[in-house]
This record gives sequence, structure tokens and C-alpha cells, in this order.
Amino acid sequence: MQQPNSQPCAATMLRETASQTAGPYVHIGLALDIAGLPPREEEIWNRLASPEADGEAIELVGRVIDGNGDLVRDALLEAWQADAHGNYQCEFDLQAPFNSFGRTATTVENDGEWCFHTIKPGQVARRDGRLMAPHVTLAVFARGINIQLHTRLYFEDEAEANAACPVLNAVESPTRRQTLIATREEGEGKPRYRFDIRLQGEGETVFFDF
Amino acid sequence: MPRNDNKRFVERDRNWHPPAYAPGYKTTVARSPSQAYVSMQAPSVSELGGPDFTRLRMGPHDNDLLLNFRADNEAQAGLPIGERVIVFGRVVDQFGKPVPNTLVEMWQANAGGRYRHKKDGYLAPLDPNFGGVGRCLSDDEGWYRFRTIKPGPYPWPNDINSWRPAHIHVSVMGPSISTRLITQMYFEGDPLIPLCPIVHTLRDPEAVETMTGRLDMARSRSMDCLAYRFDLVIRGEVQTYFENQG
Ligand SMILES: [Fe+3]
Repeated sequence: MQQPNSQPCAATMLRETASQTAGPYVHIGLALDIAGLPPREEEIWNRLASPEADGEAIELVGRVIDGNGDLVRDALLEAWQADAHGNYQCEFDLQAPFNSFGRTATTVENDGEWCFHTIKPGQVARRDGRLMAPHVTLAVFARGINIQLHTRLYFEDEAEANAACPVLNAVESPTRRQTLIATREEGEGKPRYRFDIRLQGEGETVFFDF
Repeated sequence: MPRNDNKRFVERDRNWHPPAYAPGYKTTVARSPSQAYVSMQAPSVSELGGPDFTRLRMGPHDNDLLLNFRADNEAQAGLPIGERVIVFGRVVDQFGKPVPNTLVEMWQANAGGRYRHKKDGYLAPLDPNFGGVGRCLSDDEGWYRFRTIKPGPYPWPNDINSWRPAHIHVSVMGPSISTRLITQMYFEGDPLIPLCPIVHTLRDPEAVETMTGRLDMARSRSMDCLAYRFDLVIRGEVQTYFENQG
């Protein structure tokens, strides 16, 4: 046994298992339908809200674009968002009207577009009491991405809340801040927000480390 | 819902994980951000929380790849071809604390190195009795287990003659979206590990060791299957005792 206080603290801690790309066949494991596999009893997918959920029903859509301007058609996205009242529903339950977590994917068949059916999230307070503007945290996994990229989707029609959001304001460049704002379109009976994720180069989306 | 923002996680060491831009793995070249990531100095519940999957209803064979995909054609229904293996391990955090009831998902190629995926056209045949996907929750002490066959290596277009070592893709959630991790388990002793451009995205040989499943003869079952142990270490959770205000 190691004698207490005999070594630096970092040496008494384990290293995290290293990350590897989710690869081109991530769908077999996390999006069975896209791979062409039969569904299991319950699957985690892109419908976060049922019609009974409180709040405004919306769709989130977008593409993932690489450094050449080409569509990434094999990305898997995970969403994490608050409900309409600004609370996270941590207990994942497909029988509940709303879940804070969901998955979606871009494919060749859907023309490289991902989609979530959800409700508009409410404002969430940080521990210091400051309110963050409504947002959805997104993680992007794909072939060629060695560890997932984290970003946040904000809403263009929340200009006032966006201007006061401490996280948006932590992005120094106002130009880059704009890459986090989804634009509103009229969808089929409900608003649709479009959010393209640019992995590299011109208009590169802001990615967060946390 | 409990507010769980009085905790934080040990900072992710981005020099330990593979960098986004790793040109030996060619697909990273156009898919790696060139700008610096924006560091969140004060993570909120939006980063510190995460989904709890204890109520996700699973099928009885979701963690048994020998049984969870059978040929439609009754005459062919049987067991998949390949070396029968148990893959198991413990999910712990960086302080060695077990992580119970967390979702562990995995997917893999069949014994010939072929994936059951619309887009995989490798000439090795599909196995009518093998799907290649599993999931389970870790138990109260953080243990997870799968029963499967050992996947085969497969070629892929990177260098002129690149081959993936036999591997199982493994995904773990942990208590927060901050601990979310997807990795690959390689098999101890595989001569293809040191030749693989994806393995080479890691700069530290010790980091490669963290992705190596170890043959465990003690847990192997005689006349039945070998066992490989693969522990998963996710970010350590730290309680914050003092308010930030001065
Ligand atoms: Fe693979």
C-alpha cells in the first residue's frame, strides 16, 4: 500500500479511459433503425416531447458541414435540454410526456439533415443565480471525430435573453457568437429552428470544453 | 429534481485523449475544428446533469449478442459463428468509485469483420444469427457484462492497406453529460493494435493500454467461453464545499 502524502495527488487518481471515434457504423449501437436493424423494446431517439408535454412544440433541424463545405452524412447527435419550465427531466422515461435527452443522426437518405421533435426549453439558472437564455446542449459524434464536440443551440427569437446570457457572452467574438443562434422558420404547424453545425473553417461553430 | 450543480468533474485532459486533428487518420483532417474550444469556467446544471436510464425498458437479451439476433428463417436459426466470449468490467470514476446503474452500450462487427449496417459492403459475409449490438446498465457495484463473439479485423480505406484490429465500440454515459465517453476495446496481444492509424491518434502509449481488454482466465468458463475484462474509467466527481463568492 502506498504511504499517504508520499506522492503527488495526480498520481493517486486514475486516468480516464481514452476516447476513440464512434466510427461510420455508430448507428448499429446507438441508432439501430438507421443501420437497418430491428428496434428493441425501447429505443432512445429524437422525440423528446409528446403532444401532452407543457410548452411550445418545436422542431430543431440542421446539417453538419465539414471543412470542405461538404455535408457530413454519418454524424450522430445527442441533445440535452430543460423542459418548458427550465427544469431538466433527468429520469429518462419514454412513458413521460417530456425527456431531456434524445438522439438523432444525419444520413445520406435524409439528405444530411438531423431533426429533433421537442418543446422550447425555458430559462435555466446558473448556481450564481444568473439566468441563461433558452438553449439545447448538443454533442456531435462521427467518423473522423476523435472525441465528441459540444455546442449549444440558442434561439434567434430570444434576442433579449441571448444578450444577457453569461455563457453566450463568454464567447468573445460577436461574429462567432452568431454561430450558436438557430434561425426560425415556419414548419408544418409548428415553428422550426435551423441550426447548421460547421466543424471547421469559415463560420466554424463554437465548441465548448466543460 | 435535485439540483446537482454543487459538484464538478475533474477536468478532461485533452492531451491524453486524441486531438481533433490527427492527420494519420485522414477523415479527421476536414472534420477537426481549427478554432480553440471555449472553456466553461462555471459549468451549470446544463453540463453537470445527465439522463438516468434506470427506467429504460430493455429486452431480456439486450446484453447477450449470442441470442439477441436470430435468423428469420427458422431452419438457419442458431448461434453466431465465432469465438464465444464474455466481455465484462467495472465502470469506476477517476477516484475508483464505482458508477452504478449507468448505461453501457456496445456494437461490433461479426467474426468475419463485417458489420450489419446498410453501408458496410466488405466482402466477408453477414452472419444470419448475429446483429452486433448490446446494451445494459451497470449493477449496484458498477459491473457490466456482455456475451458475444470475438469480432474479426477488417480493412478500411485510409492508407493503402489499413486494417482495424479486432475491436468492440463501447459507449458509457456516467452520471452527467460531462462524463459521456465513447471508446473502443481492443483485445490484448492483437498484433494489429500498433499498426492502426486510429489507435495512433493517441500520443501516449499508456492511453492505449486503457483501451485494451485483458484475457481473464479466472472468469472464463470451461468448455464454453473465454472472458475479457475491460474496466471503464470516467471523469471523477468532486463535491464543491465552498461558494465561489469572495
Ligand atoms: Fe469499428
